[in-house]
Amino acid sequence: MIIIEYMLLTFLIVCALSVSISKNLLNSVIIFMSYSLIMAVIWVLLRSPDLAITEAAVGAGVTSVLFFIALRRLAQMREHFRKETNQEIE
Amino acid sequence: MNDEIKIIWLKFFNWVMGNGPRPENEIIPPELPPDLPFTRTPDKKHSRFHEITISERLIQWLSLHGLHVFANFYNILSIIVCLLIIALMLMTVADLPPFGDFHNPANNEVVERYIKAGARETGAENIVAGMILDYRAFDTFGESAVLFTGAITVLMILGTSVKKDKSELKRLHLKTHSGFEDRNFLAFAPSLHIYRDDDAILRGVASLSIPVIIIMGCVVIISGHLTPGGGFSGGAILSTALILCANAYGFIKVHEFFSERTFIVSSSSALSIYALAKGYSFLTGANHINSGIPIGTIGDIFSAGLILPLNICVGIVVAGTLYGFYALFSEGEI
Repeated sequence: MIIIEYMLLTFLIVCALSVSISKNLLNSVIIFMSYSLIMAVIWVLLRSPDLAITEAAVGAGVTSVLFFIALRRLAQMREHFRKETNQEIE
Repeated sequence: MNDEIKIIWLKFFNWVMGNGPRPENEIIPPELPPDLPFTRTPDKKHSRFHEITISERLIQWLSLHGLHVFANFYNILSIIVCLLIIALMLMTVADLPPFGDFHNPANNEVVERYIKAGARETGAENIVAGMILDYRAFDTFGESAVLFTGAITVLMILGTSVKKDKSELKRLHLKTHSGFEDRNFLAFAPSLHIYRDDDAILRGVASLSIPVIIIMGCVVIISGHLTPGGGFSGGAILSTALILCANAYGFIKVHEFFSERTFIVSSSSALSIYALAKGYSFLTGANHINSGIPIGTIGDIFSAGLILPLNICVGIVVAGTLYGFYALFSEGEI
């Protein structure tokens, strides 16, 4: 059991680092989702199933959906700007 | 005589309004160059431009390379700040007592009281529900109020600016569902969140999973005092069902049973019921009066006094608010 716990913790650290390292924002959000799922499993192992349910629903579900909307809005704004000025913004 | 006065008045009127010929006797002052100050002689620096002072040289160099230097400096500084914060945090962690130790300050008589007398006093089999909705119900009320206030604020800021014409939306919606495909409309459709009928995979999955998600959320809310879960997590699960419905079938479908009015009425009435019920039990509890709310047999659905209705209230508020955030951010209105 302790081996699984250490594996999950390693995954957690890897996810947390790669969220900030990843260049693509969509990848970052998806990695953040997996971070939340691993965190939910760790909450179960720490015997707090309440927190696990909340983490899975809020962290992996609703927060990621809000991030996706934000990304979509950014893409729309970029497209709009490109049409207006024929320029590329970073 | 009268005509002269009239002409003068007209001239004056035009002059005041600024759209006529100026009166002949008006003198427009010529624009003089500004006076040179007496004390300083004009410096001769620009006459021999190859002699540049050090400060000017610095400014030139900065204008050429300043941004690059600043970016490098910024990177180095951020790395140093990050390392400092990591060192501070690790020092704090090293100072903490060991995890799960019996002599930790968290293991005091409060925990003992909750574990030993929690089920008897609150009637909830789930100790956490008994804690957050009975012993610490005031905190949960604050959390729900904060969520609701946040949603109302977002509604006030984002909701009014991007109001769309409802009848226009309905017309477009009917058009898509009658099979008539307008090319202009389809180019416009993604921003309106109305989807075509050919999104069969999403709709199939949604029609299968939305009932399951709703039942799961209701179970988590209703049996919050028996099993892990409760109002907040169940409300979040319900809101994911609403979001999935909005994505698969369009916002119009959700509008039919969950509009802005429904959101405001349900959330505020749930919060008011919460405040009234909890205020009653605070009042009786603080004055050592028997509140008369039966606890019931531990383990039944209808037990644990006020915890079940409070869970339902919190669930309604959370579900509405999280869906409201989604709808406001993606559509501009609920």
